[in-house]
Amino acid sequence: MKSVIPSILVLEDGYSLVGKGFGASGTAFGEAVFSTGMTGYQETLTDPSYCGQIVVMTAPHIGNTGVNGEDGESRRMWPSGFVVRELSRVVSNWRASGTLADELDINGIVGIEGVDTRALTRHLRDRGAMRMGIFSHSTGQNLGELIAAVNDSPMMLGASFTEEVTTSKNYVIAAKGKKRATCVALDLGIKTMTPQRMSERGIEVHVVNANTTWEEIQKLNPDGVFLSNGPGDPATAVGAIGIVQQALKAKMPLFGICFGNQILGRALGLQTYKMQYGHRGINQPVKDLTTGKVEITAHNHGFAVRAPESLEFDTAFGRARISHICLNDNVVEGIELLDQNAFSVQYHPEAAAGPHDSDYLFDRFLEKMGSHA
Amino acid sequence: MPKRDDIKSVMVIGSGPIVIGQACEFDYSGTQACRVLREEGIRVILVNSNPATIMTDPEFADATYIEPITTQYLELVIAKERPDALLPTLGGQTALNAAIALDKAGILKKYNVELIGADIDAIERGENREKFRKIVQEIGAESARSHICHSMQDTLAGVTELGYPVVVRPSFTMGGAGSGIAYNEEDLVRIAGLGLEASPTSEVLLEESIIGWKEYELELMRDKNDNVVVVCSIENVDPMGVHTGDSITVAPALTLTDREFQKLRDVGIEIIRAVGVETGGCNIQFAINPDDGRLIVIEMNPRVSRSSALASKATGFPIAKIAARLAIGYSLDEIQNDITAETPASFEPTLDYIVVKVPRFAFEKFPGADTTLTTTMKSVGEAMAIGRNFPEALQKALRSTEQKSAIFGWDKPRDAGEIPHLIEDMKRPHDGRLSLAQRALWLGATNAQIHEATNIDPWFLDQIERINEMADRIHESHEVTAPLLFEAKSLGFSDVQIADLRGAGEAEIREIRKQLGVFPVFKTVDTCAAEFAARTPYHYSSYDSETEVVPSERRKIIILGSGPNRIGQGIEFDYSCVHAAMTLSEAGYETIMINCNPETVSTDYDTSDRLYFEPLTFEDVMAVIDAEGAAGELVGVIVQLGGQTPLGLAQSLADAGVPIIGTQPAAIHLAEDREMFSQVLAEAKVPAPAHGTARSFEQAREIANRIGYPVLVRPSYVLGGRGMEIVYEEERLKEYLEAATQINPEHPVLVDRFLDDAVEIDVDALFDGTDLYLAGVMEHIEEAGIHSGDSACALPPITLGREEIDRIRKSTHAIAAGVGVRGLINIQFALASDVLYILEANPRASRTVPFVSKATGVPIAKAAARIMAGESIASLRAIGLLPRSGDGGQLPQGSPVSVKEAVLPFGRFHGVDTVLGPEMKSTGEVMGIDATFGVAFAKSQVAAFSGGLPTRGTAFVSLANRDKRAAIFPIKRLSDLGFDIVATAGTADILQRNGIPARVIRKQFEGTGAEGEPTSVDAINNGEIDLIINTPYGVGPRKDGYEIRTAAVLRGVPCITTVQGLAAAVQGIDSLLHDQAAVKSIQEHARDVHWDGV
Repeated sequence: MKSVIPSILVLEDGYSLVGKGFGASGTAFGEAVFSTGMTGYQETLTDPSYCGQIVVMTAPHIGNTGVNGEDGESRRMWPSGFVVRELSRVVSNWRASGTLADELDINGIVGIEGVDTRALTRHLRDRGAMRMGIFSHSTGQNLGELIAAVNDSPMMLGASFTEEVTTSKNYVIAAKGKKRATCVALDLGIKTMTPQRMSERGIEVHVVNANTTWEEIQKLNPDGVFLSNGPGDPATAVGAIGIVQQALKAKMPLFGICFGNQILGRALGLQTYKMQYGHRGINQPVKDLTTGKVEITAHNHGFAVRAPESLEFDTAFGRARISHICLNDNVVEGIELLDQNAFSVQYHPEAAAGPHDSDYLFDRFLEKMGSHA
Repeated sequence: MPKRDDIKSVMVIGSGPIVIGQACEFDYSGTQACRVLREEGIRVILVNSNPATIMTDPEFADATYIEPITTQYLELVIAKERPDALLPTLGGQTALNAAIALDKAGILKKYNVELIGADIDAIERGENREKFRKIVQEIGAESARSHICHSMQDTLAGVTELGYPVVVRPSFTMGGAGSGIAYNEEDLVRIAGLGLEASPTSEVLLEESIIGWKEYELELMRDKNDNVVVVCSIENVDPMGVHTGDSITVAPALTLTDREFQKLRDVGIEIIRAVGVETGGCNIQFAINPDDGRLIVIEMNPRVSRSSALASKATGFPIAKIAARLAIGYSLDEIQNDITAETPASFEPTLDYIVVKVPRFAFEKFPGADTTLTTTMKSVGEAMAIGRNFPEALQKALRSTEQKSAIFGWDKPRDAGEIPHLIEDMKRPHDGRLSLAQRALWLGATNAQIHEATNIDPWFLDQIERINEMADRIHESHEVTAPLLFEAKSLGFSDVQIADLRGAGEAEIREIRKQLGVFPVFKTVDTCAAEFAARTPYHYSSYDSETEVVPSERRKIIILGSGPNRIGQGIEFDYSCVHAAMTLSEAGYETIMINCNPETVSTDYDTSDRLYFEPLTFEDVMAVIDAEGAAGELVGVIVQLGGQTPLGLAQSLADAGVPIIGTQPAAIHLAEDREMFSQVLAEAKVPAPAHGTARSFEQAREIANRIGYPVLVRPSYVLGGRGMEIVYEEERLKEYLEAATQINPEHPVLVDRFLDDAVEIDVDALFDGTDLYLAGVMEHIEEAGIHSGDSACALPPITLGREEIDRIRKSTHAIAAGVGVRGLINIQFALASDVLYILEANPRASRTVPFVSKATGVPIAKAAARIMAGESIASLRAIGLLPRSGDGGQLPQGSPVSVKEAVLPFGRFHGVDTVLGPEMKSTGEVMGIDATFGVAFAKSQVAAFSGGLPTRGTAFVSLANRDKRAAIFPIKRLSDLGFDIVATAGTADILQRNGIPARVIRKQFEGTGAEGEPTSVDAINNGEIDLIINTPYGVGPRKDGYEIRTAAVLRGVPCITTVQGLAAAVQGIDSLLHDQAAVKSIQEHARDVHWDGV
């Protein structure tokens, strides 16, 4: 049996819990956020949108199915820290190729287990997302210093992680079967499953670095532009916002997910804001205001588009409307332009982890690109 | 568009009597549905034959029919009430089958009744295996390879391709009745034969064996707009091969990655759409090959199921309530989540805790029953527990079953030599398998070895290893430190387990724990893993940092529930607990329920002001009391409504300084202690049968010789007649005592003179210290000696005169006063040779409380709770909770006659004798109510047994000598009514002499005759007999009629085993032949009964 490494997690407001370390040891800082998904920790950890954050899992047993070579959503794990109530000692799954603890260690992610994750979640819910530090080999004798260190760590508001997460080399995911369209996906922290979902539908996806210019994109002669999910404050994503505006001017079909939704929103002149504690989970009810249907969706966002005064509104690119809302709290979950083929959702139709209720949105994107061609 | 406005009235069908596979979860779902529909302003017409349900309380429906759930009676109700719609999906398979039958008979069409919540085609697609397989195939999923068979020939042909072992499943049966696993041709012929018989469509499915695969269930809901949500995933710890009702199950699923889980979800959603469950819930079962992930769809239930009740309690998402709303036109997003009160129901609950359900078996009641767990459900109840990890939830659930053998222990010697035996033993799935696995792991067997033997997932086995390792640390530690205790507690160890490991007492560990400040916290079931604030105080304990109990300054009353259903303690006790919660809330108290049975209404978060889902042990109950004691005044704890479970805690709670309200523990003890109770009887001048208390065989022999055989022997402090037996001779007495000491070594054995040929009378009464309210006097239809829970009874008593009832009232008053009852008392009297003897007095709610309440229209459990809280009978009469004058012993003119009949589970336990005795064996009950006894009895029989009493055909008669005289007259009447009588030689002789044309039939031991003349058993098996009258001989194990009664059970032929029962049956048959069948709601009955002589 491995020896127990005492560890402590400390929030910027002084709240602390003592537990046991796992994964990498050391010190980690990040914005503390909780995710309520009961499955999909490997996908969560490899989702670039969690860059700069410490993820608290509300499900009490984590690591049961280990990690495998198929479920990763990017080239590495991104959060700076990981908080669970209980880490599994064994791995039980026919696809597993390793343990979660080893994988965290390899990725340098500091984990802490054996803490009351529900109490922590309630604290974050009531006080709002805030900075956290995890300190291994400490039980908090010097708590004051630890709190100070957490307060010295960077804030999420105004933070940009795009440079960190975006691909350094552009690459192409070929269309499966007959190619029906080409799209350029601006990688702001894209997940593996997203181009997969498009490829399955006959879309050839050119995943490009976030700093790619509109001219460079045009050279690829795409039928549409896709804006991925990603970490950070959308207000900082000036480059991407500019590209969207140019694409809209060019009447280029456009589809955005998550961060991409916020960017489209800002490109249209809407504001974004940091939410109290965000939406992170795979059980969120989103209503499609066009059809009235409810989708159960995967979410991972701490920022959102501020709702305009009416569902329909004018923009520099014509009429637009709020297309989707979250039924839990009426947060804007989707935007569409009425006069051209641009739309976006705040949630994750590619799922991974999460339900597949919304994968029709990729069909819709294909349709819109088809009408462009 | 919300609610449909074209539906003004809805008929709801309940699930009838509690049977294995269909228990009080359908009272929970039906009650929720009725509540919702009435809230929506819809007229609710309810039909359910089970009086022990909350749903059949008059305030839950506008018209409540306690009538048989058969096409005939349902049509009468429909013709009379003309409902706009019928909601059949909340009353289990019974209601669904009843709806199909109504549709097939053209009745729904004739009366223009719309089926809501499901349509016949969807039910067909979900339940007809061939159609369902096709659907699974069409959506691109896989079913197990299989063959549909309609005959034995088909069956034998089908197996050649699939090979053994092969699974046999009959269509349209509930709880997997009639299904099993065949390992060879002999098994196959037997199981398929029964299955073809059990299936209403004579159809069985043969299926490739996927025994040992991982097993999952999803609970889904769909609304009219095609919104679908997965409410809950459930993983079976016991892999494929064990019925899910008999499996230890856990929610959420714990050993699937998201990809695999989403595949289940996708397939589940495709299925609910393709089957066409338009509005409502369904349950889908899956198997996954642990080696490669191959996914197979097992089956679906297009209705609310047992698992839905579990899922509702496990998640806080009330499936039945929402199903009812969906059925009348709402969509999921139009319905609010009760718990958060701000988010909608169109979401998927997420859990930040682990729920474990453990089945409770009753094999000890059925010696000779096969304890192997198969695809036919055998458990009679279940306990659920919630914890912040699997070990905690598991250990809490195991102790919630109240079966010592189920709780992990480490006291036996540590002999690794046992491992091979244990492993061999655990290869056969049976009720004790998990304990064997735990023990083998503790002895040093590896996870892999146990996995190989049981196919239990290594993850679960590792959790058990964690528990074992902790046990060793507790045992080996020098001292009990706070961190050690905390860690042990967070793995679910009880004080008792820790004490056993430390060689200490429970009190000692409790004291150390208090000193070290190691206490549980209480968390909340909130559907959303704390994402939103919860408004509903639905709590569970855990060892963690933060507690969520909001202090309340109100005056509180804690009600202890009755734990898992078992034979002798079931829904009837939950009924009383729920009533207490309702009336005390109305009276202004904050009511707090503690219970661990997920099937019940009491564990609905709507029932009490606060709900704690906790085991009913001293430690767990005290933790709640301590938590609630932090603020406000605890007026007291109610222990007398939940049966033996809370009663057993009364003394220790009182010793801990907890106020018990109602009858005090000392009084409870007084009634249980034979010697002390004798004094009460002497003072009350009520004779008891001669008796004595024995602590050894010698003492018992001496007593028996003194008072004369036959004697009734039993251990003290039992419920449901556990271990009770009528002993006719010394040799058997000796055997009994040798066995009895193992039942309960701390308590002596009671030896009573057994009153042959007595009339047994059951009385429920209320006593407030001054006044007595005689709530009901029930006359047993079977003679004394058959457990009151198994005996049919009538209220008002059919043969007792006013003078006898007055004597009963006086005696009851004297005993209640002598014992010191505050609240309910149940007394069993026997009337023999005009002497009224007392057999037993129990100062608590009895099994008959709901029946008495329904039969007399008086809510006596509510009255009892109010008396316990300090009100008087006079004041309850004044406010109208009790009648202003009169009582259940002198019912007003126009009162109907109600008959209660017991429902027995013998069909589930092949090879078990079906004869009744002093040990209770029934799982449930029904009630027949009508103006006269004959009709009420006939209704009770139709409700209890498929087909009910026959009105023509052949009756087979075989009588014990002592019964022959008394049986002549009723058999003559039977013959006059047109029945052919066949009888064994001796009986036929006497019948013929009395002018009854009786044919002689061969006895079983004589074998088939030279000319192929059948024996009685042959005749039953050939379907030639419509009614069996077989009174067993009084001596010994009474094996003589064994084959006859077994054949009767297997063929579903009514079998009467007492002369009194025969007389009642003949009256019933008479009324069926001569009276027009009619139905009347209990509200109408109440209107026609004028209590105040108005």
